[in-house]
Amino acid sequence: MMDILNIFLSDSFWAASLRIATPLIFGVLGALLCERAGVLNLGIEGIFVVGAMTGWMAVWLGANLWGGIIIAAMAGGLFGLFHAILTVIFGLSQHVSGLGITLFASSAASFTYRTALPQVSSPPRIEPFRALDIPILSDLPFIGPVLFQQTAMTWLALFLVAVVWWVMEKTALGVAIKAVGDNPEAVNAQGLSVVKLRMGSVIAGSALMALGGAFLTMSAFDAFFFGMVNGRGWICIALVIFASWQPGKALMGALLFGMFDALQVRLQTEAGAFIPGQVFLMAPYVLSIIALVIVARKADYPRALLTPWFKGQR
Amino acid sequence: MMQITPKENQSQWVSSGIPIIAAVLALLLAAIPLAFAGAPILEAYGHMIKGVFGSLFNFTEMLTRATPLIFTGLAAAIAFRAKLWNIGGEGQFYLGAMAAVWVGTGMIDGPPALMIPLVLFVGAFAGGLGMLGPAILKTRFGADEVVTSLLLNFIILIFVQMMLEGPLKDPMGLGWPQSEPIVDNAVLPQLITRMRLHAGFVLAIGTAIIAYIILAMTVWGFKIRAVGENAAAAKHAGIGVNRTYLAVAMASGALAGMAGVSEVAGLKGYLTADLSAGFGYTGIVVAMLAGLSPLGVILASLYVASVFVGADSMSRAIGVSSFIADLIVSMSLICVLLGGFFARFNLTFAKKQVDTK
Repeated sequence: MMDILNIFLSDSFWAASLRIATPLIFGVLGALLCERAGVLNLGIEGIFVVGAMTGWMAVWLGANLWGGIIIAAMAGGLFGLFHAILTVIFGLSQHVSGLGITLFASSAASFTYRTALPQVSSPPRIEPFRALDIPILSDLPFIGPVLFQQTAMTWLALFLVAVVWWVMEKTALGVAIKAVGDNPEAVNAQGLSVVKLRMGSVIAGSALMALGGAFLTMSAFDAFFFGMVNGRGWICIALVIFASWQPGKALMGALLFGMFDALQVRLQTEAGAFIPGQVFLMAPYVLSIIALVIVARKADYPRALLTPWFKGQR
Repeated sequence: MMQITPKENQSQWVSSGIPIIAAVLALLLAAIPLAFAGAPILEAYGHMIKGVFGSLFNFTEMLTRATPLIFTGLAAAIAFRAKLWNIGGEGQFYLGAMAAVWVGTGMIDGPPALMIPLVLFVGAFAGGLGMLGPAILKTRFGADEVVTSLLLNFIILIFVQMMLEGPLKDPMGLGWPQSEPIVDNAVLPQLITRMRLHAGFVLAIGTAIIAYIILAMTVWGFKIRAVGENAAAAKHAGIGVNRTYLAVAMASGALAGMAGVSEVAGLKGYLTADLSAGFGYTGIVVAMLAGLSPLGVILASLYVASVFVGADSMSRAIGVSSFIADLIVSMSLICVLLGGFFARFNLTFAKKQVDTK
């Protein structure tokens, strides 16, 4: 029991929680934006892979880190555009189209990586984002290591939570995006373009998802591996329901998830002798399912989610 | 401006021709990544064709590869018909394989006439339970089965690894995380000597025909289709919607489980954590290419298996990454989706937007 208390008192635990949460924050925000506009984006898992690969490769080819971030976001946005064309313009099944985008995006990313680097025994490395070193702040006890020794990408994620919250809650654009996910016909009657709003949201949301992937290769690690995304995208799809499509709750959900994951790793070292390590590895996925089941009944889905809209048909 | 209008008369010929056009188109589109990789394009296609049709061995390899895809394709097709989104085929595949190994590696032994049906049944049952879980969470708690069945894939794969390092580990396996071999009497027999093609293929074809008959000609098949087309109306008509979901889940999971049994008892002989080459996920593509028709699944599986086997042999011959196969398969899915759209709707471009209000 004492050991568990010690875990919660250590700054490294909280720092790890925030670090693990970072890619999920990007991903949940992206999924939130798409779904708020009425489009489920199951392309997320593949878009994570694309973000991870393109961001890493841009830097490996000589771009600076922020250049890599921009490339990753653009690549994610491109696949978002593809998903938007299929689901918004053509009104095709969002489930199947999203799965198609995931398969297409991840195989395109893997193919490109293998073509550029045909025979490498160990994946080449880049110089990733370093932990921030802010005078005074980073040296503060506890707060310093937890908040101010993260990489710039974690701060970008936190900043984007604020941006998405502000857009959704405080701007006319946010009102329009939410309306288009609830009642597109009413938005059309207002003279706004349902198609443009939905497409824009899906593209921007997909760019955010790609940043989640980019965090993996440019901040958490320094190389690209096949299978490194490992279901993180799908977890975001569960988290966004858990967060009932609110940016603030999305942040809380991602942090909670990061905490459990960080705890799981530490418990594994504590209890590894009695319990097989795999039990702990399963925990994040089991947890996501439990979270989903708890909120499922009262989940307030955007009312027009999964419903295509065509002008002049009613 | 662009205008989308439904077509007045949909031709049966057009809609059944779409998957073929989509498949050919995806193969042609593969020229782009091939060119990007700097490969000689015509030569590459030649290697692909030879890789499938070049010899009896190559051809039977393709059929061997198609076998699990027929099962997982049927699993997805039957579930999607009821609009039950089973994306957990990969996990159910492993549950089936694991159950087959559990009873088939010495726990029980008997003549093949007993052992083969036994491992198939146990594997199918385990796979079915794998989808029954998400279906219960859907009907009881309203939890989205897309997410739960997807996440279960990861949980089950980790569970398989745990079992392979624990109770199922082969003590004679030199420390490798693999199970003991399946007893000889539970092994699906080879169809042609010196070829890897096994009885699982015949079983898969038979299962597809049975699934077709059930779906098209029985009351139960009618219920599945009714629930998929309009759950609210089906409920109104007195069909037990939730019961149908649970039954479909069990059947769909069982089919994916049989894919696992077929691979472990027909091809590999023992279980490893890399038994599936994404068969569960590829099954979804197969089902979509097949237009969710059980007999179409057979053809779609042959196509997808040809892409994989052909691309493998091409990639060995000219050194292009074998991810090209995944690329072609995913492009076929997107092409068939778009094709379905153009069969149902007319797309017209008007110069000027005319407001009809």
